[in-house]
Amino acid sequence: MASQHIIELQNVTKYFDDNLVIDNVSFYVKKGEFITFLGPSGCGKTTTLRMIAGFDLPSEGKILLNGKDISLLPPNKRPVNTVFQRYALFPHLNIFENIAFGLRMKKVVNTYRNEKGEEYQKVEKLSKAEIAAKVKKALALVDLEGFEKRSVATLSGGQQQRVAIARAIVNEPEILLLDEPLGALDLKMRKEMQIELKEMHKRLGITFIYVTHDQEEALTMSDTIVVMADGVVQQIGTPTDIYNEPANTFVADFIGESNIFNGTIVGDRRVKFCGKTFDCVDDFERNEKVDVVVRPEDIVMCTPEEGTIKGKVISVVFKGIHYEITVQVGKYEVVIQSTECRKVGEVIGMKIPAQEIHLMKPKYTSNVFDGVITKRNTVEFADGEFECDVTQLYPGSHIDEEDYLVTATGEQIDLTGTEVTVEVGLYDVSISDDEEVGGTTGNIISIIYKGDHYRLIVRTDGEDEEDFVFATDDLWNENDRVSVVVPKDKIRLTLKNTEDKKR
Amino acid sequence: MMKKCFKATYIGLILFLLYAPILLLAVYSFNSADIIGTWGEFSFRHYITLFTDEAILEMIGNTLLLAFSAAILSTVLGTAGALGIYYSKRRVKTALNGVSQIPIINAEIVTALALAITFVVVGIEKSFFTLLIGHMVICAPFVVLSIMPKLKQMDNSLYEAALDLGASPAKALFKVVLPQIIPGVISGFMLAITLSLDDYIVTSYCKPSTFNTISTYVYNATTKGNAHTAVTLSSFWALTTIIFVVIVATVVAANLIGKKKEER
Amino acid sequence: MKRLRFSRKTLGIPYAVFLLFFVVIPMLVIVFYAFTDQENHFSVMNFAKFFSDPTKLSTIVYSLVIALITTVCCLVIAYPVALILARSKMKKKSVILMLFVTPMWINFVLRVNAIRELLNWIGLLGEANYFNTILGMVYDFLPFMILPLYNTLVKIDNSLYEASADLGGNAFTTFTRVTLPLSMPGIMSGITMVFLPSMTNYVVSDMLGNSKITIIGKFIETYFGSDWHMGSMIALILLIVVFTSTMLTGGFQSEENVRGANL
Repeated sequence: MASQHIIELQNVTKYFDDNLVIDNVSFYVKKGEFITFLGPSGCGKTTTLRMIAGFDLPSEGKILLNGKDISLLPPNKRPVNTVFQRYALFPHLNIFENIAFGLRMKKVVNTYRNEKGEEYQKVEKLSKAEIAAKVKKALALVDLEGFEKRSVATLSGGQQQRVAIARAIVNEPEILLLDEPLGALDLKMRKEMQIELKEMHKRLGITFIYVTHDQEEALTMSDTIVVMADGVVQQIGTPTDIYNEPANTFVADFIGESNIFNGTIVGDRRVKFCGKTFDCVDDFERNEKVDVVVRPEDIVMCTPEEGTIKGKVISVVFKGIHYEITVQVGKYEVVIQSTECRKVGEVIGMKIPAQEIHLMKPKYTSNVFDGVITKRNTVEFADGEFECDVTQLYPGSHIDEEDYLVTATGEQIDLTGTEVTVEVGLYDVSISDDEEVGGTTGNIISIIYKGDHYRLIVRTDGEDEEDFVFATDDLWNENDRVSVVVPKDKIRLTLKNTEDKKR
Repeated sequence: MMKKCFKATYIGLILFLLYAPILLLAVYSFNSADIIGTWGEFSFRHYITLFTDEAILEMIGNTLLLAFSAAILSTVLGTAGALGIYYSKRRVKTALNGVSQIPIINAEIVTALALAITFVVVGIEKSFFTLLIGHMVICAPFVVLSIMPKLKQMDNSLYEAALDLGASPAKALFKVVLPQIIPGVISGFMLAITLSLDDYIVTSYCKPSTFNTISTYVYNATTKGNAHTAVTLSSFWALTTIIFVVIVATVVAANLIGKKKEER
Repeated sequence: MKRLRFSRKTLGIPYAVFLLFFVVIPMLVIVFYAFTDQENHFSVMNFAKFFSDPTKLSTIVYSLVIALITTVCCLVIAYPVALILARSKMKKKSVILMLFVTPMWINFVLRVNAIRELLNWIGLLGEANYFNTILGMVYDFLPFMILPLYNTLVKIDNSLYEASADLGGNAFTTFTRVTLPLSMPGIMSGITMVFLPSMTNYVVSDMLGNSKITIIGKFIETYFGSDWHMGSMIALILLIVVFTSTMLTGGFQSEENVRGANL
């Protein structure tokens, strides 16, 4: 039922200057639900919220409220209210005036009857008594009775938070937007407020749209979670769905702890990883490469003989309610969470139930770029210039003394300006912190540990903003600036214009 | 201990030297004689002259009128300007900020000369209006300068919060943004008043010949000798003393008010 | 019904127009006059004349020397004042700082007149023109030096002095190695704020130097009566010197340093 969709985003794209921050996002929010936008900082979740509030306008696409297009409606005309990250309470007004602010802006249509008994209508502001009553009710709802005369500065963070909520809900919005509202509170306060917000959601019955980067907060509070990264929606689902069936390795890595391995399908519902073959429930083509995700708490420890895999315990950390045990299995590291303790150095066996092995299509199998051959027979792509072997474009060709390409038939070709498709394998890229070494430079934007190696994504910092995905054994940090090195013989080139292809 | 004594003495000495000329005038302003150094008898003579001489009264009135009108106009123009600059795109912001700083950095004589020549070139006769413009050129940039930091300190989501709660952009600006920057507006206004009261050079270049402020009147009286008599010169002693007393009273009052606010 | 849509950016338009008409255009007029002759033809004669006339150049040199002496005197007198106040633990130090600034609020010309009367009383007026001028300038511009110095010195964390002592620095080395380098921004901003008016504010030199001393500001003033082209050229040169020196000393002074705006 379409009318149940209180908010709907249709192909929304947002640029700031030339930066793409939201890339063709579409989803809907059901009336009355508690929905959370979850993702790392800079993923576009706050921008999405701000577009729903009306502070930012979408560059492309539409935002519908109850089926009506509100994409360009100014924020003061939208029936939504926001609880801001740092509360944004007006420091020059007391608590009463802060909460009454929205009420004083409001105009309502009142119906009166004159002496003749005819009805007539008047547009009026809310009366003083009405405002006072509503403010009182709102303060009671957030447990701050009697705080009317206090000034903002005298309140603690938690109290300011409550005032911010009261100030928003007193206007009876259809949707309450919350932009990381608990970020500034300490842990204990945060837990308390999580429960209170959830209760408030139940009591008010309105839609809550919540933004956070804290996965635990999202899992505890939401009916629906929208996981975002890089301005793109990665997965939408209930907390259980998202935790148990992550759509890709990003979601698996971001939500909860995960062991992520590279695997290969070796038979009907049989997958090989960590050097052993396991039963699984997902159906894939034989020989297909897959990403394997296993939650640390889903691994069952047993005797070395019973286990599918076995290994030596290399570290044990007590985490309060469980132990985190790291096991070396061959060249892979496996992390287990268990209430049972093991000793470092002990050899143990491990089993993984078939339904706990989550397989997903790898998002990246190789790197493909658009490139152009330069005068010096190098190739330009991804904001950089790399040495390459251009003779692979024409089988049997060679380069003559004047740097022209001579084909097998003896034809001389000037390749300058030729457009090519560049392909670089996942294992053919390396990086260095010496910016001079590589063909291009960029920042590490993602790191995922895959048991025995890391999968990194480096985004180049020129205008192309291309991503290199590759595997490495070395540990780097996110946002490190690096240069990307690709050996000459690992750059695979194909001509773009298929007519010229002589294969 | 010695060190402390020495420090106090040094500060005291500099302060004494700073106040010596003013105190000298203050003492002799109550003297019947017209020359400093010869003590006649205690008298309010110079004060009486000050408050009865029409030319002197007029120039005092002119100075105050000019200072207040220039300060009020500069404050309005500068406050709107600061808001406009703050919310502009980066390129416009840099350009306006840069131009706005020219009168602040520039030597006053250059500003004055440029304005005076421009008025002649464009064919604008010197009048109270040109003088007012001249004073606004020196005052308005300082108003902008004193408001900018307040805008930068302000949490930008306050404005958005006001819109979110249903206020129109204009209402959000008046009811939420303006109260946040009001200390900057007030100090900008005060600065504008003092700058205008103090100014000689721009005034002398932009004023019509019949119009005099305290600055131009005293300057002309002392250097060109067109002060009619020694009586007028000695009435400046009284004027200096009165201004000094007013300033000291204002400073003390401001301090007391500030202290009261702190205690609350 | 068409309604003008209110935007925050449009608030800046009146100010922008004001700046255009009364700041930018006058500056362009100055540039135009500086590079034209009496017949309004393009000419660099003013520029050439300025640098080939020894009397003009000697006036400039005198003016620079006066400004230099004034600035040095101000710095030497103001630094101890600012340092003592900044490092004092007295509760009322803001009151004392205020005492240094209060005289600035008396009308400038009346203030100069007060020194004139004092000098007249001592018998120096008309006798020692250069001394009187410099004395008057130091007297008038001293607060411009004290304020920026105080503002930078008071921000130096006390633990830095303790660290210096802890590492074996005595009072003198602590001053030369810690205090002085850290107060450099204040010194620079104080210097620009004193040096410029001492070159250009001719009220002091006229009233105390018995109208016998010509500083650059007065120089421009005399040409305003006779030769706008030459006057504009001198003004333009001054303008360029001021702007380059401001750029070099790291931007203009923040408003807190200007005319006791922080009080």
